[in-house]
Amino acid sequence: MSELIEIARRVASAARSGEQVEAYVVRSRETEVEVFGGEVESLTTAVIEGIGIRVVADHRQGYAWAGSLDASVIDETLRDARDNASFGEPDEWYALAGPADVNGTTAPILNLWRDELAAVTTDEKVRIALDLDHATRAADPRIRNVEATGYGDSLTEAAIANSLGVESEQRRTTCSASSSAIADDGSGARTGYGFVAGRQLSDLDLESVPIDAATRACRLLGARPIPGRRIPVILDPLVTRSVLGVLSSAFNGESVLKGRSLFAGRAGELIGAPHVTVLDDPTDPRALGAGTHDSEGVPTRPFTLIANGVLQGFLQNVYTGRRSGAGTTGSAVRGYTSTPGVGVRALRLEPGVHSPEEIMASVPEALYVQSVSGLHSGTNPISGDFSVGAEGLMVRGGAFAEPVREVTIASTLQRMLLDLADVGADLTFLPGAVAGMTVLVSEMTLSGE
Amino acid sequence: MSEPLIDQAVLQATLDRALRAGGDFAEVFVEDRRSSSARFDDGRVEELVSGRDRGAGLRVVRGDTTGFAHTADLSPEGLAAASDAAAAAARGGGGGTKTVALSRQVNAARVGDDLVIAPETVEKARKVDLLRRADAAAREQGGAISSVTASYADAHRRILVANSDGLLADDDQVRTRMMVQCVATGDTGMQTGYEAPGRTMGFELFDSIEPEQVGRTAATRALSLLDAVPAPTGRIPVVLRRGAGGVLFHEACGHGLEADHIYKDASVFTGDLGNLVASPLVTLVDDGTYGREWGTLTIDDEGHPAQRNVLIENGVLTEYMWDLLRARKEGHASSGNGRRETYKHLPMPRMTNTFVLEGDTDPDAIVQGLEYGLYCVQLGGGQVNPATGDFVFGVTEAYLIENGEITRPVRAAQLIGNGPDVLRGIDAVGNDFDTWTGMCGKNGQSVPVSSGQPTVLVREMTVGGTAA
Repeated sequence: MSELIEIARRVASAARSGEQVEAYVVRSRETEVEVFGGEVESLTTAVIEGIGIRVVADHRQGYAWAGSLDASVIDETLRDARDNASFGEPDEWYALAGPADVNGTTAPILNLWRDELAAVTTDEKVRIALDLDHATRAADPRIRNVEATGYGDSLTEAAIANSLGVESEQRRTTCSASSSAIADDGSGARTGYGFVAGRQLSDLDLESVPIDAATRACRLLGARPIPGRRIPVILDPLVTRSVLGVLSSAFNGESVLKGRSLFAGRAGELIGAPHVTVLDDPTDPRALGAGTHDSEGVPTRPFTLIANGVLQGFLQNVYTGRRSGAGTTGSAVRGYTSTPGVGVRALRLEPGVHSPEEIMASVPEALYVQSVSGLHSGTNPISGDFSVGAEGLMVRGGAFAEPVREVTIASTLQRMLLDLADVGADLTFLPGAVAGMTVLVSEMTLSGE
Repeated sequence: MSEPLIDQAVLQATLDRALRAGGDFAEVFVEDRRSSSARFDDGRVEELVSGRDRGAGLRVVRGDTTGFAHTADLSPEGLAAASDAAAAAARGGGGGTKTVALSRQVNAARVGDDLVIAPETVEKARKVDLLRRADAAAREQGGAISSVTASYADAHRRILVANSDGLLADDDQVRTRMMVQCVATGDTGMQTGYEAPGRTMGFELFDSIEPEQVGRTAATRALSLLDAVPAPTGRIPVVLRRGAGGVLFHEACGHGLEADHIYKDASVFTGDLGNLVASPLVTLVDDGTYGREWGTLTIDDEGHPAQRNVLIENGVLTEYMWDLLRARKEGHASSGNGRRETYKHLPMPRMTNTFVLEGDTDPDAIVQGLEYGLYCVQLGGGQVNPATGDFVFGVTEAYLIENGEITRPVRAAQLIGNGPDVLRGIDAVGNDFDTWTGMCGKNGQSVPVSSGQPTVLVREMTVGGTAA
């Protein structure tokens, strides 16, 4: 681990007079097993390394990256970054994170690395995937096929150092397992997905994966499109997570600066239903995207975006924080192939008090959406347009009724926040930057037959 | 190729080592990729990025199991270590074969290969200048244009493939793309428009694409949406203008005809070879040799020459898309569709340039013949569940058709349908044609593709608008 920070420091210390240099270095050990038909279809083991170098000189910024930590490659990358900087346009706000951006904040202490995961053998991982495949096939007689079963994990280390003295080192482990079942009772194939994730094997409730995949596939058997109407919609936690993920770019300080945020200029205004509270909290170890520092080396902290429906503010990195005057919120995100943007790492709606069953019983009729498709082609976080394919089940009298497919649900993101009639208590942490739970949206337009 | 990425003797030794403990097949895939990009946002050059990634992916196949390892260390020692890791990973399966001596495959010459202007020979200032021009032209379209982002990206990729069948092939690939996104602000809020042409060529792309035109097209799209009404709901006839809607076929049947989905019994088209799966007006090809389109290849990422594959002929399903392993398993030949995102990824059957061929109908007559419908000019990507055939695609520029005329623009919406149903419901195919540039995602890997079609009439699809 200290090897990565040494590499980053060496690059940062190569800064010339009048120049700021930042190095972002990552190394990740990854394993992925895919099983099909009771056999290992593929087994991949790899170490991925990379470095991204940012140079700021004369208020111009340049960036270069490479997929290797070889010394001569790093030298070439620094040269490229300097060359790119010389072509940039000056911008008085360009600068790396400095002491003023990190003083006064204490990074959280988080233990995101599990030695136990590093000790699991490849054979054990293969066994997990084979067992899952077998269990999914056996979960229900209507399961015709298991399209894919997999186990994957990664042990990741990252280090940042810049020539202004800001540094951070982080490491974390994540693992996940999933299964995708195809059910068919003669009425047409339907699919269902089960998956779990955590930091070590004992976090994974592996038994739930085949049950979820089979249940979700089988309960859609016989699904048909239904006539269009305006209707309340209940979103499954995985769907809520996806919708919040699309919405998150509207809370991005960079979107605000560029005139591309739905909520620009509306801090202090009511933009959501009164019980809607949304925050990004990378200090929460339950979130799989948690971290002690952002990707410019600034300590993370919880930031409330919406409190009881009222917009509180926007996420910032060093650049957007300076330019807007709001200061960084420790929200720089990136991979090593790009400069830091602004983004969420651990976004969640604060959970409410009702269980999914109570939410289902709270309306006479609703569409329960189990999965959506076309999220990226059907949503526009700038205009707010939201229109996606959906499949799920009708809910009446608090119980699931007929299954539904080949319909769309539509509204706008702005409207959906105001129409968030209930937020469930079933907060679920999933891989990625956003948590989910069951939610009720009081009305969306359903289009079908 | 100037200088080989790896010496032939080292490749041969690596393959021999990979199979010394047993196995049916081994492959070394080497890639050296240099990319550069520039972004112009908010009226200024914002970001200049360059990157380099070079490494090798080693595959060892035993029975139905593939062991895979990759490394950025291309020394003989680095390759040996990766080879051992891949072999160890494959050890579950059975089988044994020896490697055949490598013999270099000569690629078919591509017309225009000598005209490629390699991106690393072009000064950065010229790349940035394209963006300035696009930005200026976009803003000139109207005062309501409140934001313009223009970006440029190029990639120069050298690949080398060697396998235990004795194949040794290499290729030099250049792709260049420009994108403009505009935001227009009006009484109804903000609307966006974008245009993003790309080709498998170098800087000579800009001999035929004018940055100002890209900017104007994106800006006009955004501005017209300021007058848009909510998209309709329900099942209505849909006209896809030439070049707009190739995504429909990409999602409706493209993925469903990839041989891995077919043979895993995870495609709605499994078992349909020889059957009528679409209207007889539909002939669908996947053609990796077509001009310089975004999905064009000389060889795929397993070294197989690109081909023109007729998948559906006059409505009858005639062929799938194959990669090497799936082809071997089913006793078929690869169709040149084995692609991977980088050396760190395993190849699988992927599309290249997927087209519906032009028909006989006058495109204007298609519109004139409709009392009510949706006229789609630009689609925004989509998604399909190959096992069920249900697919969606987004529409980013569309208009109502009322009494045979194109009338009001509508806000963005998603269309949903089921592949086989929609294909059978193609009621007219125009005598025009155009293509669309995009990125296709599958199992976490993104590859460049193009889609093309003439103006097409779909009898009906569900439109996911918000209009009552």
